[in-house]
Amino acid sequence: MKRNLFLLVVLLLVACALPFLVSNYRTFQLTLVLVYAIALLGLNILTGYNGQISLGHGAFYALGAYCAAILMDKAGMPYWATVPIAGAVCLVAGFLFGLPALRLEGLYLALATFALGVSMPQLLKYHHLEKWTGGVQGIVIPKPEAPFGIPLNADRWLYFFTLAVTLVMFLLAWNLLRGRVGRALVAIRDQHIAAEAMGVDNALYKSLAFGVSAMYTGVAGALGAIAVQFVAPDSFNIFLSIIFLVGIVVGGLASIPGALYGALFIQFMPNIADEISKAAPWAIFGIFMIGFVYLMPTGAAGAIRLLLAKRRGAP
Amino acid sequence: MEGFLHQVLAGLATGGIYASLALALVMIYQATHLVNFAQGEMAMFATYIAWSLVNAGMPYWIAFGLTVGISFFIGILIERVVIRPVENAPVLAVVVVFIALLVILNSVTGWIYTYTIKSFPSPFPKEMALGRYMSPHEVGAIGVTLVVLLLLFAFFRFTPLGLALRAAAQNPVSARLVGIRVGWMLALGWGLAAAIGAVAGMMVAPIVYLDPNMMGGILLYAFAAALVGGIDSPMGAVIGGFLVGVLENVLGAFVIGNELKLSVALVLIIGVLLVKPSGLFGRVHVTRV
Amino acid sequence: MALLEARQLYAAYGHTRVLHGVDFAIDKGSITALLGANGAGKTTTLRALCAMVKTQGEVRFEGARIDGRSTEDIARLGVAHVPDGRGTFLHLSTEENLRLGAYTRRDRARVETDLERVYGYFPRLKERRRQQAGTLSGGEQQMLAVSRALMLAPKLMLLDEPSFGLAPLLVRELFGILQAINQREQVSLLLVEQNAAMALDLADHAYLIETGRVVLSGTAEALKRDDSVRKSYLGY
Repeated sequence: MKRNLFLLVVLLLVACALPFLVSNYRTFQLTLVLVYAIALLGLNILTGYNGQISLGHGAFYALGAYCAAILMDKAGMPYWATVPIAGAVCLVAGFLFGLPALRLEGLYLALATFALGVSMPQLLKYHHLEKWTGGVQGIVIPKPEAPFGIPLNADRWLYFFTLAVTLVMFLLAWNLLRGRVGRALVAIRDQHIAAEAMGVDNALYKSLAFGVSAMYTGVAGALGAIAVQFVAPDSFNIFLSIIFLVGIVVGGLASIPGALYGALFIQFMPNIADEISKAAPWAIFGIFMIGFVYLMPTGAAGAIRLLLAKRRGAP
Repeated sequence: MEGFLHQVLAGLATGGIYASLALALVMIYQATHLVNFAQGEMAMFATYIAWSLVNAGMPYWIAFGLTVGISFFIGILIERVVIRPVENAPVLAVVVVFIALLVILNSVTGWIYTYTIKSFPSPFPKEMALGRYMSPHEVGAIGVTLVVLLLLFAFFRFTPLGLALRAAAQNPVSARLVGIRVGWMLALGWGLAAAIGAVAGMMVAPIVYLDPNMMGGILLYAFAAALVGGIDSPMGAVIGGFLVGVLENVLGAFVIGNELKLSVALVLIIGVLLVKPSGLFGRVHVTRV
Repeated sequence: MALLEARQLYAAYGHTRVLHGVDFAIDKGSITALLGANGAGKTTTLRALCAMVKTQGEVRFEGARIDGRSTEDIARLGVAHVPDGRGTFLHLSTEENLRLGAYTRRDRARVETDLERVYGYFPRLKERRRQQAGTLSGGEQQMLAVSRALMLAPKLMLLDEPSFGLAPLLVRELFGILQAINQREQVSLLLVEQNAAMALDLADHAYLIETGRVVLSGTAEALKRDDSVRKSYLGY
């Protein structure tokens, strides 16, 4: 326990130091890593811990992103206020989606969420909503500056803002998942009939899981929109949902640090793979997905856990 | 009234394509209880193969036949190599593998052929009767679809191999007891599904133009069709396909506008799953605790 | 040489061991009964012979080892298994079920005559040949299951509780036909039965299985006279 706390503090110090050691663009990429980490944590709560497969989480990301963009663009709201509102909206949306989803198991839920993910761009382009969503062109968002004259450039400020939110979200998740709630979620995933028989209210927990999961991804969407300064329908297509899936498979299901590993992978792997060809990153995503399913089903987090356990166990 | 008739007929044409894809989905579902998320990309990949052949100078129908044959073998290959290891794995693992397949096929196609939109030829003559209500290609597409469906029906109903395939899908344990190699039947099912998908792809490409992402929306309609008809009913898939095609066109033209057509599929999918998951002709499944 | 020999057969469902070293042998042309109470391991034994369950040990059919081979390969060697629950293809027609029994056979003409002969044994099936198998009564489905096995032209037929759920009159009829099949078609039979009395009347040899082990073996006559068998399984 003490060892983990020590590692966490070291990690935090490194995270704080990084923006001063690397270029602005790199800092921006690291901000996105944090954004994805929150999104992946969200998906993991639903799919990894609770076993409900979602191939449509890009939709909640989009919802959060557009919330932030519309509030900033049309209501003139400051960026930091849009994040909790986006979270709240997605919490409700996720819960409402989770209610009918209660009737859908495994493959069927995957199918329904897949349909949501595929239709999202078209829904966002709907011309009756254009005066809110900006239609095909989307919405441009101004970059936030550091407040109170703090001597940080915009990229660095945004990084620290995102880092703070990330810490809060991760702490919240850790608290939630290690207690009764976490155990209930996993019980529902593994043996839902037995769980119900033992008094776990499946319906409530499953819908809540959807809501909380959507909230996380919505918060990530809002932060992402602010970082990228732009929302447009075509960036929220099915491949976004698939990328999230890749992230939790590679990072590690039912694992909090897994969200971070997965985020690093989905942000930086394309950079490396792009050298080969524009199409290469996705082919590699696909190969990694299959590879991890066959060879490393517990993801990077699981592999690291195993490695650490072996080192501790070996004389 | 004429507009309505035109929409219905055009809907039947695209409906035929949805019916074919839906049938492929149902075939794989019946045999494995799995939903093939990669069905659309498999069809798309096959269509690009056809495009290469036609571009190399091969006459259309020979390229057509060759593509169907190649798809058949690719389908078998995918089942034996990619799907077999995860046949009994937990649902999430299977879904991930299917999505991975989707992604790999999509990106490899983009890699080889680039993302520029290409045109795909239609084998049907430019001038035809019924020209007022339907384009010759639409008529041809319905024709080809019906031929494929009839051939499949005959195969399953009247040949021993078709019977064995049906048996293996319905009751693999009993099938083994009479000596049927169930593993190979599964592979055969995949091969047939891939071949049907190839036909669907080649019929739809002249309408929507060839590009690696062309099957995304179409797959959604096929899912809707399969669910509406009953995910384990081949006849349901066919009827569902034509139904969805007509519904999409009519609603798109007269009710919700063409922009939101895809949401018709979304609403149908979620609606059917919530209200009557077994669809119109499917069987209700009771799982033992 | 015995037609079928099982030596030190162990079987498990997951981590639960059900068979703890079963030994028996079946002579060609004979009818053998496997008796025992519910849960003794009789069905598991038949499943083990056909590789439907995880097994260890030796199984020889016509001298060659079949343990480790797949279920479908064993069927192709001439072992027809009529499973408990009958294993009917419920959504296919009666005749389609029968033709599936002959799926692996190459002798098309003989298959047609076999079909007619099977209809001779079970005329009720002929009446219902085009009917969906799932709509047949329990007794008819049992006849169908036995017929399908017969269509394999097997050397050995394994029957798992053929009397289950059948009225006594039907059981008598069925067992009569089984005897005819054994004598006329030279099909060896191995049947698992809870109904010890009827099984011992039909069989030549019998084995008694209790908690996964063979505890008694001998001719059917000998077992009928055995005191413990009489008291526990024959009820007098």
